[in-house]
Amino acid sequence: MIRYLIGRVGQALLVLMVTFSAAFLLLQALPGDAIMIKFMSPDMALSADQIAEIRSAYGADLPIWERYFRTLANFLTGNFGYSIQAGVPVSQQLQVNLPPTLQLASLGFLTAIILTITIAALSNVVGMGWLRAAIQSMPSLFISVPVFWLGIMLIQVFSFQLGLVSVISPGPVERLILPVLTLAIPISAPMSQILMRNIDEVLAQPFVAVAKAKGASHTWVLWRHVVRNAVLPMLTIAGVLFGELLAGAVVTEAVYGLNGLGGLTNQAVGNHDTAVLQAIVVISALAFVSINLVVDLLYPVLDPRLGTKLSMTA
Amino acid sequence: MTAPLLEIDDLAISYKVGDHDQRVVHGVSFRVDRGEVVALVGESGSGKTTTAQAVLGLLAGNGRIEQGAIRLNGIDIAHWPQKRFDTIRGAVVALIPQDPGSSLNPVRTIGAQVAEVLQIHGRGDRRAIRTRTLDLLTRVGLLPAEMRADQYPHELSGGMKQRVLIAIAVALNPDLIVADEPTSALDVTVQRVILDLIDELRRENGTAVLLVTHDLGVAADRANRLVVLQGGRIQEQGAVKDVLAAPQSAYTRRLLSDAPSLTKVRPARRAPGSGEDFAIVVERLTHDFPVGGTAKRFRAVDDVSFKVCRGTTHAIVGESGSGKTTTIRGVVGFLKPTAGRIRIDGEDMTTLKGEALRRFRRNIQLVYQNPFGSLDPRQTISQIVEEPLLNFAPPPKAERAKKVADMLHRVGLPETFLGRHPRALSGGQRQRVAIARALVLDPRVLVLDEAVSALDVTVQAQILALLDELQKALGLTYLFVSHDLAVVQQISDTVSVMYKGRQVDGGPVDTVFARPNSDYTRELIDAIPGRKAPMLALSTASVRG
Ligand SMILES: Nc1ncnc2c1ncn2[C@@H]1O[C@H](COP(=O)(O)OP(=O)(O)O)[C@@H](O)[C@H]1O
Ligand SMILES: [Mg+2]
Repeated sequence: MIRYLIGRVGQALLVLMVTFSAAFLLLQALPGDAIMIKFMSPDMALSADQIAEIRSAYGADLPIWERYFRTLANFLTGNFGYSIQAGVPVSQQLQVNLPPTLQLASLGFLTAIILTITIAALSNVVGMGWLRAAIQSMPSLFISVPVFWLGIMLIQVFSFQLGLVSVISPGPVERLILPVLTLAIPISAPMSQILMRNIDEVLAQPFVAVAKAKGASHTWVLWRHVVRNAVLPMLTIAGVLFGELLAGAVVTEAVYGLNGLGGLTNQAVGNHDTAVLQAIVVISALAFVSINLVVDLLYPVLDPRLGTKLSMTA
Repeated sequence: MTAPLLEIDDLAISYKVGDHDQRVVHGVSFRVDRGEVVALVGESGSGKTTTAQAVLGLLAGNGRIEQGAIRLNGIDIAHWPQKRFDTIRGAVVALIPQDPGSSLNPVRTIGAQVAEVLQIHGRGDRRAIRTRTLDLLTRVGLLPAEMRADQYPHELSGGMKQRVLIAIAVALNPDLIVADEPTSALDVTVQRVILDLIDELRRENGTAVLLVTHDLGVAADRANRLVVLQGGRIQEQGAVKDVLAAPQSAYTRRLLSDAPSLTKVRPARRAPGSGEDFAIVVERLTHDFPVGGTAKRFRAVDDVSFKVCRGTTHAIVGESGSGKTTTIRGVVGFLKPTAGRIRIDGEDMTTLKGEALRRFRRNIQLVYQNPFGSLDPRQTISQIVEEPLLNFAPPPKAERAKKVADMLHRVGLPETFLGRHPRALSGGQRQRVAIARALVLDPRVLVLDEAVSALDVTVQAQILALLDELQKALGLTYLFVSHDLAVVQQISDTVSVMYKGRQVDGGPVDTVFARPNSDYTRELIDAIPGRKAPMLALSTASVRG
């Protein structure tokens, strides 16, 4: 078990390391750099010498491998460097922008789960067959609904036509309702499809027939036999879902004009602010890797079949 | 006069396939009296499971009862809604399913799954249910019950899982147990123990059993009455001894003559090879496997020796894991044994290497168990049979085509099959293709690894007859691996019985069967289904006539 744990953590660190390096190389390979964009502009009116001085102050004139190891050493100590455009430490920018995005993402995730369970539950209740048919027949549609289009539709319907949610001067809760829905709906569609497919597969298992032969009602079978077996495999896609969630959050912030990682990323891309981009990539990767690690470590606890296999190999 | 326990009357069932109804059970009528065992026998696809499921109200979603009645204690339940079935399932009718491997919920303990049937029907509080659960586990031989109750299904063997399912079925003392092929997925020795257990429990409680099986031997041993089904129609029914003594329908006669366990042992087919002409000589074969990266080793084959005369059949028998496959992998040169010699036609397989080994291997061909998995679905039959020729200095195309067509003819398949794909063939036909592919290189030795185990008795009998014919015509030597002693008894001249890597018995089949040396062999022989059945004057000739 200990060996398994060490192995998995090592794997996670390796993935992080590779991500860091790849991001570094790609960002360096981009044409143009932030220093040029900021200081070459005519209204700065700086001489070539002065620019060279600034470049060396930022370490931009060092050979690439030296910059690589410096940046790596800094990241390891939690120092993400300076945003050239804003002229403040990247960590300070993250402190401002990370919390709102995390809040949006976790609320979106929670809502997506609730939506998924509701849809799957309703579609397995007698008389709700039409719902399951509808959901199952709309796969590509919903998944490909562009988030910004959905966002605009939601604003149209709920704010302008129904007047349920104000967009002009919303309260702290009110202002989150539409963004959270915008984020949750596109994710809950594929999730409920997968869940419904899993449920169907489990329902076809011989052990379900055995449970029915015991005299168990449909609801009893669903709750005591189907749910756990159908939900378990979904944990494995948690990492992928998180990726979608993050991408969705960035677009959603743009649509609703919210502060967060999305805005920060947009600015940084526009300004070639490599330090900021590097930090965002690494932090996203860290979250992604951690989620997968937690799932991997949790899975054997939830699925007895894996539990013994692990303790046997340890 | 009271009504019979179960009375099925002119039952017809269809499945909706695409947008039309396909009828698979046509006007079936039979009854099961209290405390009686009725066997529903027939080849796969004959509608046994469908009929059994209807009794439990567990037909698949696309299945529908089109006509007829299913009367349980005189009440017609054929069109009951599921809710109503919930009250009698488990309490009045119970199920022992076919495949214990997938019939228990993998994420719940077996204790919880036994207790569940008591909970559903509200039999007592937690404590009472726990006590009863432990009693039941003890009764079916899962000991110590406290420990077993907390185990998960994957921690149990197939036989133990079937015991759990039996405990569930008998928990509420139902009037009728529907057992759908309850032992088909188990080893023969386990099979007998499980059938004995079901027998014992039903006697204790006076439970009637509807025993679904494709094995006439099992049915003959365990049932009072037989119902023979073919293509969804009843061919005949009656008391076991009457049906076996004087089968009325041609189909039953065929089933009887095909069932290896019910056919008399054939007289020695040929004089054992004159003296010393051995095609296969295995001497003190031993093979160790490393165990999971440690220095420990697992001895899969331990000091096994046997000789096979040219033109005869030697069988290797044993349960799964006994070392059969490792032994034959040595014989075909796929693995180098840790110790011992294997000589094929005088050539020592254990010292041959590289190209010499590859060329020598064409003399020994393998036919596998699974006729579905071993043929590439994308190739045509002609490509499949031709392929081995391409590996060894291929003759010209025209010659190859002729050879392939000849082979197909030899194994009894029409030439029209040449362009087809495996999926268009039945299991028996695929096994014929596999045999043709093995024979196309004119080998001297054919190794058959459970080659007929996956087939229905009737198809099995046809393939065995084909093998016999090919052996006579081509002078082939067979090494026949099987877990089914009845089949072995029928086709082989000599036999090795393996148990945990060792050969516990060996020699001419008749001698080993008459005077087994080991308890294990004795147990295997006793486990052959059909041995209890009255062996009536069933000469194969008159039956086939
Ligand atoms: N759910 C189903 N849908 C369509 N056809 C089915 C279904 N289940 C069984 N069948 C068909 O019904 C026939 C009888 O099957 P079954 O009752 O399982 O036979 P047995 O148990 O004797 O092997 C077969 O032809 C089989 O292919
Ligand atoms: Mg069946």
